[in-house]
Amino acid sequence: MDFLELLLSLAQSTLRFTPILIFAAMAGVFSERAGIVDIGLEGKLLIGAFVSATVAHYVGFGLAGMLAAMGACIVFGWLHGLATITFRGDHVISGLAINFLAVGLTKTIGHALFAKGGDTPNLGGPDSTGWERLQALIPKQVWLDIAPGLSENPLLLSIVSIHGWLIILAFVTVFGTWWVLMQTRFGLRLRFVGEEPQAIDTAGASVTAYRFAAVTIAGALCGIGGAYLSTSNIASFTPGMSADMGYLALAAVIFGKWRPFQAMLGCLLFGFLFAVKDRLDGASQGILTQIPSQFFEALPYILVVVVLAGFVGTARAPKAVGRPYVKERE
Amino acid sequence: MTNLAIELNSISKSFGPVQANKDIDLAVETGTIHGIVGENGAGKSTLMSILYGFYVPDEGSINVFGEPLEFNSSQKAIEAGIGMVHQHFMLGEPFTVLENIILGAEGGFLLGGAMSKARKALLDLSERYGLSVDPDAVIGTLPVGVQQRVEILKALYRGAKVLILDEPTGVLTPQEADALFDILRSLKEQGTTILLITHKLHEIMDVTDRVSVIRRGEMVGHRETAATSPEELAELMVGRKVLLEVDKAPAQPKDVALSVRNLDYVDERGIQRLSNVSFDVKAGEILGVAGVSGNGQAYLLEVLSGMHTATGGAITINGEPLASTPDTVRGQSIGHVPEDRQHMGLVTSFPAWESGILGFQASALYCNGGAMKTKAIKDAMGALMEKFDVRPPNPLLGTAKFSGGNQQKIVLAREIDKAPDVLLVGQPTRGVDIGAIEFIHRQIIAMRDAGAAILLVSVELEEVLSLSDRVVAMFDGFCSPDRITAETDERSLGLLMAGEFERTTSEGMAA
Repeated sequence: MDFLELLLSLAQSTLRFTPILIFAAMAGVFSERAGIVDIGLEGKLLIGAFVSATVAHYVGFGLAGMLAAMGACIVFGWLHGLATITFRGDHVISGLAINFLAVGLTKTIGHALFAKGGDTPNLGGPDSTGWERLQALIPKQVWLDIAPGLSENPLLLSIVSIHGWLIILAFVTVFGTWWVLMQTRFGLRLRFVGEEPQAIDTAGASVTAYRFAAVTIAGALCGIGGAYLSTSNIASFTPGMSADMGYLALAAVIFGKWRPFQAMLGCLLFGFLFAVKDRLDGASQGILTQIPSQFFEALPYILVVVVLAGFVGTARAPKAVGRPYVKERE
Repeated sequence: MTNLAIELNSISKSFGPVQANKDIDLAVETGTIHGIVGENGAGKSTLMSILYGFYVPDEGSINVFGEPLEFNSSQKAIEAGIGMVHQHFMLGEPFTVLENIILGAEGGFLLGGAMSKARKALLDLSERYGLSVDPDAVIGTLPVGVQQRVEILKALYRGAKVLILDEPTGVLTPQEADALFDILRSLKEQGTTILLITHKLHEIMDVTDRVSVIRRGEMVGHRETAATSPEELAELMVGRKVLLEVDKAPAQPKDVALSVRNLDYVDERGIQRLSNVSFDVKAGEILGVAGVSGNGQAYLLEVLSGMHTATGGAITINGEPLASTPDTVRGQSIGHVPEDRQHMGLVTSFPAWESGILGFQASALYCNGGAMKTKAIKDAMGALMEKFDVRPPNPLLGTAKFSGGNQQKIVLAREIDKAPDVLLVGQPTRGVDIGAIEFIHRQIIAMRDAGAAILLVSVELEEVLSLSDRVVAMFDGFCSPDRITAETDERSLGLLMAGEFERTTSEGMAA
């Protein structure tokens, strides 16, 4: 295998990992910029993945799965909001609780429904309509029915069916996040809520409303990320499949100093590390076989720590992050 | 009825059992500067927060320019033309001036248009009132005085015709305060009505037209400023005669207790903070250090108390060289009342009995090997709080729950109780109300009369002049020659504070 080929395949698998990180990271940017510590990204990804694969299986439409996943994650976002905004609880504790809930609930319900140890059934068997998964916006099957001639041109077929549209959506989301945060009134106020909530209160707006809006958006984005994980990237849910990607996304947010584009770079970097891991893990020749595969499994996580510790410099979090807003008396 | 900008009718507000405002009436004429004075905790800020829609009063009504004001919404107050500059600024530090100003008045979903409109409006306002600010500067990089200007501009941008300023000079240097008063006067000339809340009487006398006095939640008097005096206002504030002059016998100085020679301090960033500072403090006298805040006084106290190590020169305590850590310095019988009691003097989240032994936690009085003698500490603190008139004298109460003056009394009680040979005192009455100021001053004089050498650092010129026996001024890290306080006055001290003295570095170079 020559170098170019290796590079291409690494790039391809980087692109496969990154959207999960990006959706979760943008969710993290929204939450944290509004002052909510969102350690529950991990749990929400898992819930999103489970709900999406399950609903897609029953309904037969990947998009329905994704919408359901968004809804479910929003509900868990509100739960976090209720604990941290309304009842002024500790953000980390509430987030951890969501993560624990997610691990337990998905596995238990999954096993109760499908009796496969928590796995969901494979989407899209031999008699697939092509609508079950989120890979192509319009399934190839549909195009082939309309224009059978396309089968001789797989590249064109891929393009017209918008194969990998969620990957495109991930990058569009980064731009959208930046635009909303930096170019709109909503974004300006959201950033102030995370920095100087009193200023929002004295300006006559509601800190609570903006924080709930933030956890809602974060929930929706986690839902899409989870759906990508189980319904686009792979064709079923397996317990624990989020594999700490939510935490990595949070690390990417810090790496990017709470800015969308910089956080995206962090996601690409971490996604690349995963791609390298997969590559090395599968290596079947040379000196690499001498190294235990656990080392490669751990490598991206170790490198994340190194990157965060060494190259980020002083990252300044939004000032009011993790702090409940209470009107002062005098 | 003349043209009233603000009219409060029988406003009352309680927080649980605490009656913060009781049956308050207030009338403010359009185009005047109206002062509201009262001790800390008298209910001034609560009243203004009600006016600004932050709190809903239990009873009463408010008219703004003759129109009744709806409560519970800052938005309504803003629409009625009220703007507020809070004591603690409500500015986002990483945001630009422009972003801070348009917040809440963006004018549309997209920011682009609003920004350029605001930029123009901001330039207009700056020109009209002489409030120059760079719209693209990031708040966190601006000095406090300029940040305050941004707060004022923010209110004006929202069309404020009535401006409320809550303790605006608490965070300002004297020059910045003067600049602020110039701005207020020019705002008044252009027809803006100003409500100035403060506990500093000289500010009231300087800029206001009328003044209302609030005491324990009640209005106790309205006066024309020209027809009243600081003494009368002070009496109204506390409800009894207070001594603005400090009664003290002539000092009986003895041997030199604290001696500083050619002291240099360069901080970790390489900035020269103290240059060739020399002075002596004798047992039984108070040496005052005057100066505009930020001219090295803070570093002087921190070096003398062992928090930083001098980079040059010599410090001796009763002839011995100064120890090197705060802990060992205390062992040399040095007490330290830090400038910033909230961060350096106390742990505000601890109860008073714990805050009351900070620095002495390892002493055999309070600690038995590794275990704290909690009962003994609480008893000792209870007695000490009674003795120093800390209100309430409850050692179990959280430190943050005490008012500024009472917190300061806790720090003083802790330091004075150990009867140190040398007492370092920084800003003893900053943010402290008049009743407590008097008490604190008497304690410091009593320490002197008991034979302690006292170094008093204060930015309040009156305080330095009335307490100290000799006085020096600091400028840019240099220390002036000393003056006998009784033979000097504010003017000649002011010249020293402005750096009008011969300054030479430790290397003998002229600065």
